[in-house]
Amino acid sequence: MYNGASAAVSLTIKLKRWRTLLRRLSMHLVKLVATALLGGLLGATLVRFAPGFDVDVRELDPRLSAQTLDELRQQRRADNNIARFYSSYILNLMHGELGFSHSLNQPVRKLFAQRLPVTLREIAIGLFWGWLLGLALATSVVVVHAWPTDIVASGVSATLLSIPAAVLALIFVFLRAPAGLAIALIVMPKIFSYSRNLLRRSYSLPHVLTARSKGLSEIRVFLWHVVPTSGPQLLALMGISVSLAFSATLPVEALCDVPGIGQLAWQAALGRDLIVLVNVTVLITLMTIAANTASDLIGHSLAKEA
Amino acid sequence: MKVVRAMALAFLLVLGSASLLANLLAPSTYAEQFRELPNAPPSSKHWLGTDDLGRDRFSRLLYGTRVSLLLAPVAALSSTILAALIGGVAGYLGGRIETTAMWITDLFLSLPWLFLLVAARALLPLNVSPHVSVIITFGMLGILGWAGAARVVCASSRSARDSDFALLARASGVKPARLFLRHVLPNLTPALFAQFWISIPVFILAEANLGVLGLGVAEPLPSWGSLLRELENYSAMGSQPWVFVPLLLLVAVVTCFQLVLPKTELPA
Repeated sequence: MYNGASAAVSLTIKLKRWRTLLRRLSMHLVKLVATALLGGLLGATLVRFAPGFDVDVRELDPRLSAQTLDELRQQRRADNNIARFYSSYILNLMHGELGFSHSLNQPVRKLFAQRLPVTLREIAIGLFWGWLLGLALATSVVVVHAWPTDIVASGVSATLLSIPAAVLALIFVFLRAPAGLAIALIVMPKIFSYSRNLLRRSYSLPHVLTARSKGLSEIRVFLWHVVPTSGPQLLALMGISVSLAFSATLPVEALCDVPGIGQLAWQAALGRDLIVLVNVTVLITLMTIAANTASDLIGHSLAKEA
Repeated sequence: MKVVRAMALAFLLVLGSASLLANLLAPSTYAEQFRELPNAPPSSKHWLGTDDLGRDRFSRLLYGTRVSLLLAPVAALSSTILAALIGGVAGYLGGRIETTAMWITDLFLSLPWLFLLVAARALLPLNVSPHVSVIITFGMLGILGWAGAARVVCASSRSARDSDFALLARASGVKPARLFLRHVLPNLTPALFAQFWISIPVFILAEANLGVLGLGVAEPLPSWGSLLRELENYSAMGSQPWVFVPLLLLVAVVTCFQLVLPKTELPA
């Protein structure tokens, strides 16, 4: 009788948890769709009103006939209506058409298909090493409790924070080191400072102090009492670190000559290829929000478990 | 720690003063060319040598410091004012206005900063005069850098709105606009000052990144970003170590800004 009642209670709790998780997930999905629509509208508006929208370099080509020039002008006239421009942009987006890059003379979708895997690979390498180095440094500072370790680690982190990402990329080109490691060094200081503060806070919690006063080994205290407390909050940093890594790809890929999305954005900016730029910005925003959503949901469920 | 902060502040003041007095201290103007001396090593006449166009590096560093060190605070001030308006008003009004404002803020925060800057820069004309490029670069930083600060200011404004003194003022018949301007806004000053101070090194680094990528301040006007472009000449990196001086100065300045900010005012 008692077992049956407790099983029912635990089932109700589990259902409640799932319901909360689903509600959070649906909220994030709504946010994602709204961002895509708003980002598309903002992008389309900016492209429409940017200086030089009415100018088409193809009109300067002396080989074009008067009829072709007229067709080009008519096509542009249709784009002058912002509502029409946006609706056709969204309609094309739903069909997977992201427009055409005039500077690279290729469909944007094809460019994304070629370059996105490269960027994702660099980001994965950067995040892996950035997290590993940042967490290792933070853990050593907190566990060792020695001021020289703290000063050296904080000094390294502060110096890396003060170097522009583009200069770090140039140094990596000079050293002929992998570009992914440059991203790691850009991400690492943020992870180090955040996780060090978090671990320090966890170490000062009453139950951790009690465990240490009872003579538990440092490793056991760290693994059994500190990590479970700070784990969910560290996961929240995962989303931010993805955004940081994406931001870092722009100078790193542009200067290290890595053919990824960052380099594409830089080339599009120099060539004022606004369609490519808007699509890249919307794509990266969506990926960042998706990463934030994943880290939020995982962190939330882990916090509940703890 | 107080000594370190005082030293950092003194360094920033000395550097700021030196850059303001660049007209008097620099041996030449930033654009003057010594055509017979391109890529010259440091000497008594040219303390940091000359660049590949024969311009005095020390003079360019002083003038570049003036552009970056004085305009980054101006951009930080504009972004802080925007944050005070958006975050402060949203937090004070609360409800749907706050929710919408914070949703837009979150959207801005989820945009990778450099991608946003590059996209915004590309939307504006690229071939402009050096002075217009300075206004565009720092104006853009000021307009786009409000989101992080707005979130913090919104939280402070909300807590000021819900405080006892605000309740008392409301009960005394103080009108909402007056309550915001005379009672809530002054209480946001510490948060606004911290956000202003945090923004300065962020904007200095952003300008440097844009400059190295060729999207910052246009030549011949120097800024730390355009001076760092010299590092693209990889052969000079090994043989001319003095090309690293702008980088060392930039690292020192950004570190000093981080040190000057009291630890209690640092964001979590």
